[in-house]
Amino acid sequence: MNERLMLQLEIDQLNAAYCAALDERRFEEWPEFFTDGATYKVQARENHERKLPLALIALESKGMMKDRVYGVTQTIYHAPYYTRHVVSPARLLGEERGLVRTQCNYAIFRTRPGDASEVYNVGRYIDELVRTEAGLKFASRLCVYDSEMVLNSLIYPI
Amino acid sequence: MNAPQALSRWTRPESSRVPFWAYTDAHLYQRELETIFYGEHWCYVGLAVEVPNAGDFKLSWVGERQVILVRDRVAPKDRATDHGIRVVENRCAHRGVRFCQQPHGNTRSFVCPYHQWTYKLNGDLAGLPFKDGVPATDEAGNACVNGGMPADFDIKQHGLAKLRVAVLHGLVFATYSDSAPSFEEYIGPAVMPWLDRIFKGRELTLLGYNRQRIPGNWKLMMENIKDPYHPGLLHTWFVTFGLWRADQKSRMVMDEHGRHAVMISRRNEGGENKTVTQGVTSFKQDMALNDTRLLDVVPEPWWTIDDPSHPGQAITPTVTMITLFPSLIIQQQVNSLSTRHIVPRGESEFDFVWTHFGFKDDSDEMTRRRLRQSNLFGPAGFVSADDGEVIELSQRGFAQAGESGETLCELGGTGTGGTEHMVTETLIRSMYDYWRKVMGV
Repeated sequence: MNERLMLQLEIDQLNAAYCAALDERRFEEWPEFFTDGATYKVQARENHERKLPLALIALESKGMMKDRVYGVTQTIYHAPYYTRHVVSPARLLGEERGLVRTQCNYAIFRTRPGDASEVYNVGRYIDELVRTEAGLKFASRLCVYDSEMVLNSLIYPI
Repeated sequence: MNAPQALSRWTRPESSRVPFWAYTDAHLYQRELETIFYGEHWCYVGLAVEVPNAGDFKLSWVGERQVILVRDRVAPKDRATDHGIRVVENRCAHRGVRFCQQPHGNTRSFVCPYHQWTYKLNGDLAGLPFKDGVPATDEAGNACVNGGMPADFDIKQHGLAKLRVAVLHGLVFATYSDSAPSFEEYIGPAVMPWLDRIFKGRELTLLGYNRQRIPGNWKLMMENIKDPYHPGLLHTWFVTFGLWRADQKSRMVMDEHGRHAVMISRRNEGGENKTVTQGVTSFKQDMALNDTRLLDVVPEPWWTIDDPSHPGQAITPTVTMITLFPSLIIQQQVNSLSTRHIVPRGESEFDFVWTHFGFKDDSDEMTRRRLRQSNLFGPAGFVSADDGEVIELSQRGFAQAGESGETLCELGGTGTGGTEHMVTETLIRSMYDYWRKVMGV
């Protein structure tokens, strides 16, 4: 039981740190939450449920994540906004071959300068975590969003 | 605001200045729905591959009207002449209920939940409860019938609103108009070869959807894809990696009315070319990808066709962006293919629905490549997310100026001809030249 509690705490702390990095706009740190060969996807619920492979963002390595960060910070023009992630405690779904499977819900609020906050993207994280010397890392993070419409654009990772 | 008074409010004979009220006037927008979306124009509804089996349906839109794209049962003897694709309006003929609430599915018939009026897949009314009344006994003890529809009620006259349907190589279009020309005529011989190039003789596979809500007038999206000036400036990836920029061999093609267009171009090697990169702040000389699979472009045999403008010569574009007025954009950008459907929601907002597809004979590797390159496109795409953003900012600018302002589209002059280069806003001028005639402004 103690081990399970520790794991729960560790995962919730990882999610909290992940969200803080994004909300505090430390985007260069974001790829470091993943293993080198990790995948990161943001996918509409309709594609996920119908087993259609298209995703909004589909990255297959830490290198692609770094390319996304470069895009976000250097190349994509967009009106500025802040995000605030609110994440539920993780459900631990099992551990197989060194991979811990977990899920948690998220809600992200967007605030643009001079504007009220709005619900931006709501969904769940479907994760596979792996233990490394540097602590738990994501081997896979799939963000399946319920929101039927992206509010114009989605720039930063979620 | 009142609807614009004819002509006097358009400042000059050319269509190179577009008054802001073209984007902000609510009454004018209502007329656009009637005249353009519900008038003599063909609107995109979806892909036949989205409804592969008899009884399959999906919800879609023509203007602000929700419609159902459905595959009807077709008798074997009719299959050579009837594709079975129907488009009916999602509005019950009885009390106007938007009866179908499942975004997609399979059904034998459509039943309105309110009074169970039941429709065939082709929209015909099949039956309704109590049509012939309810048998009862009157006060004198005689058999009688209570209620029921009038004796002259004709079930054939009360089906769903049915649209004319055209299916071209698996693309489904519909129109409310009986007088609209045939779809082939509507598209015209200049644009048709570019639809043939992508779709003719190929079975499509559905890869999935992305949906975004953009706070701008619907025409701004059409303009964006008729504007070859901006990609090499707004979109860093395009100029830096040579996907789309001013030093490329390009061609702007239009139908005879100037309402549809194709931007055709061929990728070059990218990197620095001072004539087009000097002073372009979005050009990043030192930019390199950490994972080059994002741009793992592999030419496909179908890219090469006999050049419609120069028969006998081959042409091999890497990109064709097709705008079919009023509501469809078809994208081939290297290995990424999609339809983008404009669904207007008032004069200052539209939904933009991306349907990515591949071909049935694609290898798994090609499918993965198409999916990888889709990172460039859509609401989060490296070269598309910013289009929605600038459209929103355009609409804001129009709104704050009120009646007085106008946009300026005079790159390459004020005329409306096709060109063999991309340093031009001719396609935008041409669309507004047509739009003015249709709208009578």
